Amino acid sequence: MKIEAIDTSETKEYFINMGPQHPSTHGVLRLLLTLEGEIIKNVEPHIGYVHRAIEKMCEKSSFQQIIHLTDRLDYLSCHMNNEAVCLAVEQGLEMDVPERVKVIRTIIDELNRISSHTLWWGVMGMDMGAITSFLYGFREHEMITEIFEETCGARLTMSYNVPGGLMFDIPPNFQKMVKDFLFHFKKKLPEYDTLLSNNIIFTERTKGIGYLSKENAIAFGVTGPSARASGFACDVRKLKPYSAYHKVNFKEIIFTEGDCFARYKARIDEMWESVSIIEQLIDNIPEGDYFVKTKAVIKLPVGEYYQSVESARGEFGVYIVSDNKKNPYRVKFRSPGFANLSALNKIAQGCKIADLVAIMSTLDLVIPDIDR
Amino acid sequence: MNEVTEYFSDIFKGVRSLLKGMSVTGYYFLHPKEIITQQYPENRDVLKVPERFRGELVMPHTADNQHRCTGCSACQLACPNGSIIIVSDRVETPEGKKKKVIDKHVYNLAMCTFCNLCVRACPTDAIVMSNDFEHATYDRGELIKILNQPGSKVLEGIEE
Amino acid sequence: MKILSIYDFSNLTQAIHTWLSGKMSVVSTQVVEMILVGTVFLLFFAVLGLVLVYAERKVCAIIQVRLGPMRVGKWGTAQTLADFIKLVFKEPLITRDADKFLFNLAPFIIIIASFMAVAVMPFAKGLQAMDFDIGLFYISAVSSIGVTSILVAGWASNSKYSLIGAIRSGAQILSYELSAGLSLLTIVILTGSLQLSEIVESQADGWWIWKGHVSSIIAFVIFIIAGTAETNRGPFDMAEAESELTAGFHTEYSGIKFAFFFLAEYVNMFIIAAIGATVFFGGWMPLHVGNFEAFNNIMDYIPSVVWFFMKVSAIIFLMMWFRWTFPRLRIDQLLTLEWKYLLPLSLMNILLMAFLSLMGWHF
Ligand code: SF4
Ligand code: SF4
Repeated sequence: MKIEAIDTSETKEYFINMGPQHPSTHGVLRLLLTLEGEIIKNVEPHIGYVHRAIEKMCEKSSFQQIIHLTDRLDYLSCHMNNEAVCLAVEQGLEMDVPERVKVIRTIIDELNRISSHTLWWGVMGMDMGAITSFLYGFREHEMITEIFEETCGARLTMSYNVPGGLMFDIPPNFQKMVKDFLFHFKKKLPEYDTLLSNNIIFTERTKGIGYLSKENAIAFGVTGPSARASGFACDVRKLKPYSAYHKVNFKEIIFTEGDCFARYKARIDEMWESVSIIEQLIDNIPEGDYFVKTKAVIKLPVGEYYQSVESARGEFGVYIVSDNKKNPYRVKFRSPGFANLSALNKIAQGCKIADLVAIMSTLDLVIPDIDR
Repeated sequence: MNEVTEYFSDIFKGVRSLLKGMSVTGYYFLHPKEIITQQYPENRDVLKVPERFRGELVMPHTADNQHRCTGCSACQLACPNGSIIIVSDRVETPEGKKKKVIDKHVYNLAMCTFCNLCVRACPTDAIVMSNDFEHATYDRGELIKILNQPGSKVLEGIEE
Repeated sequence: MKILSIYDFSNLTQAIHTWLSGKMSVVSTQVVEMILVGTVFLLFFAVLGLVLVYAERKVCAIIQVRLGPMRVGKWGTAQTLADFIKLVFKEPLITRDADKFLFNLAPFIIIIASFMAVAVMPFAKGLQAMDFDIGLFYISAVSSIGVTSILVAGWASNSKYSLIGAIRSGAQILSYELSAGLSLLTIVILTGSLQLSEIVESQADGWWIWKGHVSSIIAFVIFIIAGTAETNRGPFDMAEAESELTAGFHTEYSGIKFAFFFLAEYVNMFIIAAIGATVFFGGWMPLHVGNFEAFNNIMDYIPSVVWFFMKVSAIIFLMMWFRWTFPRLRIDQLLTLEWKYLLPLSLMNILLMAFLSLMGWHF
């Protein structure tokens, strides 16, 4: 895209390219900043550096094969992405998966959410200059990936879901591993608060910074913790419960401040809620099959199917148009990161460069999710 | 006066929050047993790789060089990346019928995303995922593997 | 006060001086002595850089539940050496349209500035290259030359990131110079001298941090904050701020010139810690507790150089601890902290100290 050459000799403004190789854009995102001194006048995100045409690739893939592609969207909430596709396909096949599958999917969902949020917490600290938190966050993230590794054989791109259930049954020591992790995690989570949330420098840098109003959140389609921090109740797990979410008690974390600290706090509190969800389910995994056999070649009836799930970053939606062939006619992903990024300009105007980094962190962007 | 006390209580609270943060890092500094780093090549012997870990596609062979692959190409069709190519052969059975058998099961490790779909698709459980994860080579060509060993045969009784 | 004579270096230096003077004229003696001292400092710098970088890596690694460098040498001890060799052999890149002369000059300014500051450092009794009357003032003066280097580097790089970093750094160091100076002045009220050797001698019966009551503790806290800010280290690493400005003023530097900036950061950290140790913790004076004669005697047996370096390392560790715990401040908060909190506090503190010393309420 050509950038209009604005004569900046008259104004005090100047441009700076933040990215595509920049430590805090978390991937290959390029932000074109218009600055006046350190004050941001305008942010123009330029995306597409990791565009892999995943939606197009889906059109040539069978329904089983789509799943492993969704791992590569928002790789930090890969299980939720997998699940959305599976739910959409199961919806098309009008098939009911066993209770056991639903419960296990929910547990893994929440584990995945915790792992994503711990990583986010670490990266957030690092963006703010507290590099130590990065390693602490990764420690917990790593423990969950180890559980995943034991459960389904992959650490990050799990592909644990298949249409009709799960790829494997849970390993026999699954409950013990999860409980051990929760025990450890509940001790470490307060440490997160001491290290960052209560730290005066951190609160000063996030409170009142990067305000996003509820109206704007809705207008830009911001979802997930970022929107709930602005008071917009948008948790898909509450609005359209899927899997086993109707069976568990949990609070939808809502703040009204709409600033960076609220977005930060929303995620921290969400981790506590995830812990409580897992605790409710881990001892009551029903017996039964982990898998309902589907045909080797799945053909969805002609029609349109939409299924959304609450990924770690917001509402992740899968829209499938089928023409009763073995490949979908069209697949569209509604990725939360894309909508969240669109609000960045609104939030960041008038802030400083350092605030922009904080805002980007609290929006929790994953670039492959945006570019697809 | 109120503002003055506020000024000083702000300082006090701020300093206290900073000291608390330092106590966390200080704790870790004084407890080196919390270190989680693993020294990788040194700990190869004790490294625990979970049984299900998907590291590489392999075709197990029995002691007398027999495998279970019939060359049905189901795995090739299931693979989303085209990492598997089945080269089959036609041989004449003793009864005089032509029969399709596997010649080469070509597996391109470099293109594999370890999604496990091929293993699930295989009707005879001929291929499995192994735990080996050390795939680094100097030559990309080495990553294209032929899974059935030279001279190997299909196990008796395995039919399509 | 009996310092064990074996740890008194003045005899040694004196002996060298007389030996040299006996051999040659006054001028050449001075030249030879200068070269000697210069070589010693160069070596000292090299070793200091290697040790401090290694220490920083290990400290931060342990804090971050990691092991840190482990491969090169036992426990990775030769890692910094390996890195240094790598940096020396790297291609020195210069950005297009950069001001070549200034771009190349900047790393030397910063390294020379830190060299000059070490000159007056009293490492032990008699182990001091120069003993100015105004030693403390001199240190404050030369240590702020470093900021010109940062400004020059940022300007000459012809990169916006560098420029922002440099401007930030300019604002930061100019402000924090004030409270650093004022907090040192608080102690100078007690010592009545700016000469570093005298400041050390005045603490023979107890360090100022104890003798000066709460006032000197406040002064020390302010000093360590301002000192950390002056060295551009986290949480005040605004000039580098790698998550905002990629690497701030040295974004465009590579190879040996980058190594100079890197080394200067550690040398500056050493200088700040050394000033802190000298002024607040008695420099090379051993720890003495009241009338515990036996204890005091044992302490005397520890060489004064060791005392000096122990204190310096303790303060350096404190600064590392800060860096690996706290998030970075924003530039306006940084200035707020200085002008709204540290400066008024140090002014009040200086009054308090003057009052204390007037009433003779210090030990
Ligand atoms: S694991 Fe997946 S990508 Fe790899 S060969 Fe099998 S089907 Fe293909
Ligand atoms: S490995 Fe299995 S699926 Fe693939 S060709 Fe052989 S028998 Fe068929």
